[in-house]
Amino acid sequence: MTLPPPIAVRNLTMAYGSRVIQRDLTFTVRRGEIFIVMGGSGCGKSTLLRHLIGLQAPADGVILRDGQDFWALSDAARDRIKRNSGILYQTGALWSSMTLAENIALPLQQFTRLQPREIRDLCSFKLALVGLAGCEHFYPSEISGGMRKRAALARALALDPEILFFDEPSAGLDPISSRRLDDLIIELRESLSATVVVVTHELASIFAIGTDAIFLDSESKTIIAQGSPKDLLNPAAPPLVRQFLTRGGSAPE
Amino acid sequence: MPHALPAIKPGAATAKLDYDNASQAGVLHLSGDWRRKSRRPEPGAPALPQAMSSLRFDCADLTGWDSTLLIYLHDLRRDCHSRGLAVAWDTLPAGAGRLLRLASESPATPTSSTPTWSWLSKLGRHSIKTWDGAVEVLGFVGELVLACIKLCFGRARMRWSDMALEMVKAGPQALAIVSLIGFLIGLILAFIGAIPLKWFGAEIYIASLIGIGILRLMGAVMTGVVMAGRTGAAYAAELGSMQVNEEIDALKSMGVPPMEFLVLPRFLALTAMLPLLGLFGNLVGILGGMVVGLYYLDLTYTQFSQQLMETTRLADLFVGLFTCWVFGMLIAICGCLRGIQCGRSSEAVGQATTSAVVSSIICMVIATAAITVVTVALKI
Ligand SMILES: Nc1ncnc2c1ncn2[C@@H]1O[C@H](COP(=O)(O)OP(=O)(O)OP(=O)(O)O)[C@@H](O)[C@H]1O
Ligand SMILES: [Mg+2]
Repeated sequence: MTLPPPIAVRNLTMAYGSRVIQRDLTFTVRRGEIFIVMGGSGCGKSTLLRHLIGLQAPADGVILRDGQDFWALSDAARDRIKRNSGILYQTGALWSSMTLAENIALPLQQFTRLQPREIRDLCSFKLALVGLAGCEHFYPSEISGGMRKRAALARALALDPEILFFDEPSAGLDPISSRRLDDLIIELRESLSATVVVVTHELASIFAIGTDAIFLDSESKTIIAQGSPKDLLNPAAPPLVRQFLTRGGSAPE
Repeated sequence: MPHALPAIKPGAATAKLDYDNASQAGVLHLSGDWRRKSRRPEPGAPALPQAMSSLRFDCADLTGWDSTLLIYLHDLRRDCHSRGLAVAWDTLPAGAGRLLRLASESPATPTSSTPTWSWLSKLGRHSIKTWDGAVEVLGFVGELVLACIKLCFGRARMRWSDMALEMVKAGPQALAIVSLIGFLIGLILAFIGAIPLKWFGAEIYIASLIGIGILRLMGAVMTGVVMAGRTGAAYAAELGSMQVNEEIDALKSMGVPPMEFLVLPRFLALTAMLPLLGLFGNLVGILGGMVVGLYYLDLTYTQFSQQLMETTRLADLFVGLFTCWVFGMLIAICGCLRGIQCGRSSEAVGQATTSAVVSSIICMVIATAAITVVTVALKI
């Protein structure tokens, strides 16, 4: 039996009030994929993530999570799906009155029956995974912006979710950390068979980790290209996409 | 000599160490389902025999794993590392080995340890903090005065439109709640006064009681308390969240002093609006008292108003309005000070708001006492 894809979007229209952000989005994220969402600033990438993780209801169209219409499900079923997703928000969204360890421990305390010692070990391990070993006792306001981003990533990984949503994970990171992050994402996919949806502008990341991608356009308000990042470089792709992937220049060799 | 861990029911995750004395080699058999939901061995790495020189893993019976296996092995890895043991990490499932390596590659940041203090040093630190707090309040008030002086010379970086907006928020928008509370306070005061006055057949004095009570004190106190809870708290929360979002730093770095740009308009707006609100509150409060006089004590409107005019003086009204004006300054200072002092977390914003309301009420009570003593001494 083949499992249904973790995410399938059919004719999705997103709007704030009467202002349409994107319309007619149709795409499928297959299991174990690293799915890249690209597009210019303000084209609705973060809004799309908010729809996929269930923070915002579609204006029109259907979002299928594991083959079920997400917004037609009961609240309990929806919560179960939500709990299986790890989310890294664009601004981190760490709880500012808790230390990093407490931030990571909260979902573990709420949704698992691990012992306190195991929770402590898990927090240290997840922090070590993102390169923040020994930072358990810092408050979010006491660390740098890039460190905050990585701590938020560690929190997203707390429950070993099957599907991960990252909104610009490498923004604010140095090239080495951002390379490590790419390694980590690939590793998560391979060893925990996680599915990853990433919003990113980092060209190096896009080519290094992406297995599939969509490009949102703010002019036509819809997807103008779809496929693996390397395929999007071919001459048949829309010029805007090629410009984006080559920083406005010509294709890299 | 097998080092078996406590017996575990079949199907659960197990770790069993086999140690061969001759070759000094150990094999850790990992089996079962190493996941959050299944039963696992106690946390903590297994005790390794002293003489052991190498370790490998046997994962033939391992049916599944997640981070719980990783933290178990992470502990083990630390132990082995400190003993310089040769470990065949490649005998683990591929992903687990790589994730462990990623985790241990990360440079350890020195942990900050919070020292424990004796009661004496706690007392000392507390006193220093209290003293620092007092100095900070003085500094804040001093800066505010300087900002006002700068404003007089037209050199303060304050936008008048901001002040107008704050005046609308602190004035007209507060009318509804001030009139409700004012009316009810007047009503309650009159009812309570009516009981003893009836004993003496002196119902007519209800007008004096209400007039003096409301004008001199109750009108101001009621308006002050309502505005401390409404506007003072809003100032603290507003400036506090700006502090959390580094918006205040952004202003400072642009060379716009938050004192002039944020605090001054709020201070001026509240100081200007509070006496006006107080005046309005007085009117409504007297109205509330009059309702009791007319309908409960059967006085006529003429009787009531004549008695009111004869026994209250303009000085009563002015003392009340002066008190209001002082309250306005106190509420604005407490609210803005707590907001500016706010820490960098959501919890700190809550603390700032609470302490803004509490400290403005305390300050108002002290100020009322002082004003009362002075006016009595001066026979105003
Ligand atoms: N809460 C909101 N209410 C109304 N409009 C909004 C809201 N949030 C975002 N928008 C609008 O939706 C559009 C898409 O915003 P979104 O945050 O999804 O952009 P983005 O693609 O993530 O951009 P960036 O790469 O800069 O993060 C923007 O034009 C923005 O103005
Ligand atoms: Mg965004």
